[in-house]
Amino acid sequence: MDLEELYQTVILDHARRPRNHGPLPEPCQKARGDNPTCGDEVTVYLHVDSEGKIEGLKFDGQGCAISQASASLMTVKLKGRTKEEALGMLYTFHDHLTGKTSEDLPGNFGDLIALAGVRKFPQRVKCATLSWNALKQLLQE
Amino acid sequence: MFDPRQFRSDFPILNQEVNGRPLVYLDNGASTQKPRCVIDALTHYYEHDHSNVHRGLHDLSNRATAAYEKARSTLARYFNARSENEIIFTRGTTEGINLVANSWGRQNLKSGDIILLTEMEHHSNMVPWQLVAKATGANLRYLPVTENGASLDLSRLDEFLTPEVKLFAFTHISNTLGVINPVRELCRKAKTAGALTLIDAAQSAGHDLVDVQAIGCDFLACSSHKMAGPTGMGVLYGREELLNAMPPWQGGGEMISRVTYEGSEWKPAPARFEAGTPNIADTIAFAAAVDYLDGIGREKIASYDHHLAMIAFEKLSALGFLRILGPRPGQSERAGLLTFTMEGVHAHDITEMANQSGVALRGGHHCNQPLMRKLGAPSSTRASFYFYNTEEEIDVLVDTLKKIKNFFAP
Repeated sequence: MDLEELYQTVILDHARRPRNHGPLPEPCQKARGDNPTCGDEVTVYLHVDSEGKIEGLKFDGQGCAISQASASLMTVKLKGRTKEEALGMLYTFHDHLTGKTSEDLPGNFGDLIALAGVRKFPQRVKCATLSWNALKQLLQE
Repeated sequence: MFDPRQFRSDFPILNQEVNGRPLVYLDNGASTQKPRCVIDALTHYYEHDHSNVHRGLHDLSNRATAAYEKARSTLARYFNARSENEIIFTRGTTEGINLVANSWGRQNLKSGDIILLTEMEHHSNMVPWQLVAKATGANLRYLPVTENGASLDLSRLDEFLTPEVKLFAFTHISNTLGVINPVRELCRKAKTAGALTLIDAAQSAGHDLVDVQAIGCDFLACSSHKMAGPTGMGVLYGREELLNAMPPWQGGGEMISRVTYEGSEWKPAPARFEAGTPNIADTIAFAAAVDYLDGIGREKIASYDHHLAMIAFEKLSALGFLRILGPRPGQSERAGLLTFTMEGVHAHDITEMANQSGVALRGGHHCNQPLMRKLGAPSSTRASFYFYNTEEEIDVLVDTLKKIKNFFAP
């Protein structure tokens, strides 16, 4: 059934117990993602070390199961990667959800692959990409 | 006893399945469905009578003009206006409010004046005033709501209605809380304080008698699509002497009496505010919609709305896992809608899952962001009823909510 494809166990788990939730200590970069249709607000906190590696990545705010799980999974998967690697994964993820590419998400996306079902629910793509768009702003600063 | 089944067959769209389940349409606060007679009025007009209005001298133009102006008389009667000249056709409530804000507001507001709103206003009765306040230097004040949004805090009305208040704009029925405001009392008090009044009747005009003379308002705006009529259509009622003292807000054909290269003179209302070729077909179909509603009886619709809301309130509160916003039975009058939150489950997930069961709900902030923040419910789910909804549909809603609770937050 479609709904189970959307709300996979790993998504429900991250929505109920989000990882890396809460602000990073200052100084850090932060950006807010707003979804004006539902009023969801997510703030992403980023700290990149002197070698360009993501040393800290957290988020807070409130939203639906999809937006919370996506933010939580994003922090888990992108922490420890370089800025360039993270941006690359960000574009791949975005293109996949918006249907720009029909290829499956690569294996290194791990649990993030659970979010692939969102592409069948176009009205929810904004939920899944809310925190990623905020992170993109920070990585491009 | 009111039987919704006798009207359901008038609405072709209701007879369908969504995701393999019979459609349960509970998003009437966003937009109601259209009866066959409204759809027929549109088709008939385009198949038989269409031409431009007010200018041709041929049969089709005459027929289109007659039907268009007859619609104005129908709407004047529907709202008990003193004359057809008090009925301006708009694109909807939002445009009606923007018209008053831009025309009356920019002409009459100055620095230090106050526009009084309430905390339960829809963005459409807030943002136009924020814009005009910025342009004129006027200030905005908001009459607060009581705890959980049970009602407006009427005990503070006198304190807010200071001599600086030039206009008091408020909603008749809150689209989120379901509160029915005591509009006559609000207008009477505003008048005593020397302020004009504007009523946002988007949620009330198709659900109850709305008599502008009995209410005593200066302006009133509504949307056709929330009252069984077509989209992109609405009415702004304004007292004739006020309208005729206001400048146009859009210029063009049909609104002028004389044009030179240097300047122009305006026609009186309503033509002054209807520049360009109007939405003729939808105006005519809008009149068909209000005739249809009057055929059912608006008092019957209002009491059935309330009946459904009370049943829904009882059954949804009995579930024990929902917080229902707005008045509890006995606190203040409730219209046919119910907005609620479920601990640990976001409104988007609720509406998504309900949709899989064929139930159409609205989830989000309902264009009430500041109010929802104040009530600590940034996102909520709304079920809103109309006279074609049945008690059995409320049972489907209840079963669906139980399933959703078990799925997300067992």
